[in-house]
Amino acid sequence: MTPTSEKDLAELVAVAKNPLEIIGGGSRKGLGNAVSGDALHTSGLSGITLYDPGALTLVAQSGTPLAEIETALAAENQMLPFEPMSHAIVLGNDNTPTVGGMVATNASGPRRIKAGACRDSLIGVRYVDGHGQVIKNGGRVMKNVTGYDLVKLMAGAHGTLGVLTEVAFKLLPSPETQATLRFELPLKDGLQKLRDVMASPYDVSGVAYRDGVAFVRVEGFEDSVKYRAKKIGGDVITANIWPEIRDAINVKGDVIWRLSVKPSDAFAVASQLAEQGFETPLFDWSGGLIWVTSGDGSDAPRQTVNKFGGHATLIKGDGHPAFHPEPAILASIATGLRAKFDPRGIFNQGRMA
Amino acid sequence: MQMPVPDSKVLAQKSEILARLRTVLPDNAVISDPVETRAYECDALAAYRCPPMLVVLPSTTAEVADILKICSEFNVPVVPRGAGTSLSGGALPTADCVILGVARLNAVLETDYDNRFIRVQAGRTNLSVTGAVENNGFFYAPDPSSQLACAIAGNIAMNSGGAHCLKYGVTTNNLLGVTVVTMAGEIIEIGGAHLDAPGYDLLGLICGSEGQLGVVTEATLRILHKPEGARPVLIGYDSNEVAGACVSDIIRAGVLPVAIEFMDRPVIRAAENFTHAGYPDVEALLIIEVEGSDAEIDSQLARIIEIANRHNPVALRESASAAESANIWKGRKAAFGAMGQINDYICLDGTIPVSQLPFVLRRITEISTKYGLDVGNVFHAGDGNMHPLILYDANKPGDLEKCEDMGAEILKLCVEVGGCLTGEHGVGIEKRELMNAQFTPADLTAQMNIKDVFDPAWLLNPAKVFPLKASESRRQA
Ligand SMILES: Cc1cc2nc3c(=O)[nH]c(=O)nc-3n(C[C@H](O)[C@H](O)[C@H](O)COP(=O)(O)OP(=O)(O)OC[C@H]3O[C@@H](n4cnc5c(N)ncnc54)[C@H](O)[C@@H]3O)c2cc1C
Repeated sequence: MTPTSEKDLAELVAVAKNPLEIIGGGSRKGLGNAVSGDALHTSGLSGITLYDPGALTLVAQSGTPLAEIETALAAENQMLPFEPMSHAIVLGNDNTPTVGGMVATNASGPRRIKAGACRDSLIGVRYVDGHGQVIKNGGRVMKNVTGYDLVKLMAGAHGTLGVLTEVAFKLLPSPETQATLRFELPLKDGLQKLRDVMASPYDVSGVAYRDGVAFVRVEGFEDSVKYRAKKIGGDVITANIWPEIRDAINVKGDVIWRLSVKPSDAFAVASQLAEQGFETPLFDWSGGLIWVTSGDGSDAPRQTVNKFGGHATLIKGDGHPAFHPEPAILASIATGLRAKFDPRGIFNQGRMA
Repeated sequence: MQMPVPDSKVLAQKSEILARLRTVLPDNAVISDPVETRAYECDALAAYRCPPMLVVLPSTTAEVADILKICSEFNVPVVPRGAGTSLSGGALPTADCVILGVARLNAVLETDYDNRFIRVQAGRTNLSVTGAVENNGFFYAPDPSSQLACAIAGNIAMNSGGAHCLKYGVTTNNLLGVTVVTMAGEIIEIGGAHLDAPGYDLLGLICGSEGQLGVVTEATLRILHKPEGARPVLIGYDSNEVAGACVSDIIRAGVLPVAIEFMDRPVIRAAENFTHAGYPDVEALLIIEVEGSDAEIDSQLARIIEIANRHNPVALRESASAAESANIWKGRKAAFGAMGQINDYICLDGTIPVSQLPFVLRRITEISTKYGLDVGNVFHAGDGNMHPLILYDANKPGDLEKCEDMGAEILKLCVEVGGCLTGEHGVGIEKRELMNAQFTPADLTAQMNIKDVFDPAWLLNPAKVFPLKASESRRQA
C-alpha cells in the first residue's frame, strides 16, 4: 500500500484489518525487532511543505527522501543540527533514508553532543493514529509549550504509536568552516582527552575515538575555528572524517551492538567486553556512545551496561530483544500509551517490545 | 475564571486527611491553618486566587510518595508547586486541593564535571544550580528571568526558557533524567547521566506536562563550561518593524548569537527608571549577545553591527566592561517587575515564526488601539517568542476582562500566522480555553489520553491545560 495523501493514509488505516509494517525508504529496516504485517509505504507522501530560511524552519512530508531536504538546506547554507546518521552501511543495504524514518528512529550523529538529538530539533509532527485519525502536535515555531509534548514521544517510537505524515524541524546555519584535530593516544587517555575537551569552553561539535586516535571537531567562522583549534591542540587534519563516524562505516560484522553509557564508564565497559571477546571499533560522544561487534553471541554487552547504568541496543544480529528491557513500571506505562495511540495494535507490532 | 466546583466529599473529610498526612510527615511539614495556607493562594498570575484546603512540604521522595498514596486514597486533587512564579496560573490551587510544595527538596545530590551533569532535588532554585557549579567554571544554561526564585521543578513542568535559549535550548534540551512520583505513589526513574534513554521518550513527555503526569522530585541536568567571555550590544531603532526586520536579517545571515532580546519604548522607559541600565530612549531596542574569546566576540559583533547598520539604527552601543554587561542584562531581566511597578499587566507568551515579526508587531499596535489598552513588548526575538504586556487597571471594573479579550485576540493572531499560544509560560488556567484555537478535539484527546495513563483518576493538577469542558468527563469519572 502506498497512499499518496495524508487523507488516503488515514482512511486506509481506519479500515485496515491486518497489522501494518510502516516502511519509509527501507534504509533502517532491521532496526528493532522484526515485525510482520502488510507493507505500508510512506513514499507517496513526499515533498517539502514549507521552508522558511529566515525563521530557520522546515516542514516536510514524512516520505520525503532525506537527500532532497539536505540539498534544499545546503542551497541556503543551513542544516539539520543533529547530523542524522544513515544506518544503511551498518545494516548492509543501499536504500535511501526518508525524513520520517529518521524521526521514527531518532537518528542522530556526532553533533548530538552540542546540538542535541533529532528529538531536540523536531518541533512539530502530524501523524495518523490507530483509529485512522489525523493528529497534530507542536507546530513550526522554535519555542512551543502549548499542551503535552507528543513531538518528542513520536521521535524514536519506531512507528509503534502512529504513522508520521509530516515533520517540522528547527535548523541551524551551516558552519562557515570546520577543523578536525587528531590525538594519537591509547583508549583510556584518548577518551579522557575527549571528556576534557567537552568540559572546556571551546564549544566542540565532535568527539570520537577510533583506531587509536581521538578526534575533535570545531565548527564556526574561520577565525574562531582557528583560535579554538589552537587552544585545544593536536594535529590538524584536512580529511573530513565525520561522515564516516556518523555512519559508523568501520563497524562491521553480523552482530552489532550500540551502547549508551556515562562517558567516564566507557573505558571500563570496553575493557570488560574485550575480555569476553567483543570488539569496540568506534566511540562517539566522548565515549557516551560505544559501537560493539563480534563476541560469542551472548548479550554480554547488555549485562555489562547493566552494571554501570545506560542501555544497549542490538542493531544487527538475532537471539536477543533489540531494545534494552525496561523496568516493569516503565514497560507498563509504554504498554498503556500504546493501547491509547493504537488500540488495535496494528502499527509495527512488537518492534519495540 | 471558571474553576471546577470543589468536591464536598473531600472537604468533609479534611480532618481525616490531615490526620493521615501527619502520620507520614513531621508537624512543620503540614499546614492547615487558613491564615498560613493563604500564602499559597496564587502564583504570579495574581489576578486569580483561591486558598487550598491543605499544604504539605515534604523533604524526601519517599514522603512525596506517601502523600500521594494518601491523597489517592481520599480522591483529593493535588497541585504540585515549586516557587509559585508561574505566569499562567499553573500552580493555582482549588479549594479542595492539597498543595504539594517542593521547596524543601533543595539539595545538590551529585556534581560530576567529568561527565558534565548535576543531580539536584527538584525544589532547588534555577540560579542556585548554577551557583553550585560556577566556582568550577560551569553553568546551567536555561535562564528564565525569574531564575532567582523559580524552582527546577517548575522549570521542568513548564519546559521553561530564557534569554540564552537561542543557543542553548530550553529546559527539555538540558534535562537528562528525572525521578517522578506518580499519583499512585510509585517512584519512577527516567533517563540519567547517559544520553537517549531506551523505549519511549518519557522524559520529553514529562517535561512541559505542567504537573499533570507526576511530581518531579529529582533531576539530572546538563551543565556546560562557561564561555571565555560574553558581550552584549545595544541597538536602538525608531520603529518596532525595522527592529524586527533587523532580527530576521541577522538570523538569515547565518550568525547565531546566544541571545536576541527585544524591548519597545514603554518597556525601555520602565526598565531604565527601575534599574538605570543606561538604555537609550528609542522606539525599539535590541540586546544582542555573543560569546567566545575577545577576538571571537569582536568578529561576531562586527558582522552583526554591519547588518544592523543597514537598517539605520538611532543608537548603537557595545558593552565596554563586565559591569556594563551585567547592567544591560539587569534592565532586561527586571523588565517585567519594572512594568509591574507602574501598572497592572498581563503578560502574553505566544510564539510566531521570526519572519512574521514585523507584521505581528504592526497588528498588535492596531489591536491595542481597538481595545484602548496600551501594550509593552519585551521578548525573545531570536526564536519568535513574544511577550506583549497588556496594561490595565485592576481597580477599574471590567478592565481585566477587556484585557483578557485583547490577549486572546493577540494569541489567536499568533496561531493564525503559524505560531502557538505559549512559548514558555505554559497553558495553566490562563490559556486553557484557548486551546481550541490551536488544536482539534482529536488533538486534545490524544493529549488527555496520556494523562489517563499516568493519572487515571485525574487528581494531579486537574483543572489546568485542557478546556474545562473537554476534560470534564474525565475529571468526574
Ligand atoms: C518576573 C517573572 C519572569 C519570568 N520569566 C520567565 C522566563 O524568562 N522564561 C520562562 O520560561 N518563564 C518565566 N517566568 C515564568 C515562571 O517563572 C516559570 O514558569 C517557572 O518555571 C515556574 O517555576 P516555579 O518553581 O515558580 O513553579 P510554580 O509556579 O510553583 O509551578 C509551575 C507549574 O509547575 C508545576 N510544578 C511545580 N512543582 C512541580 C513538581 N515538583 N512536579 C511536577 N510539577 C510541578 C505546578 O503545578 C505548575 O503547573 C517568569 C515569571 C515571572 C514572575
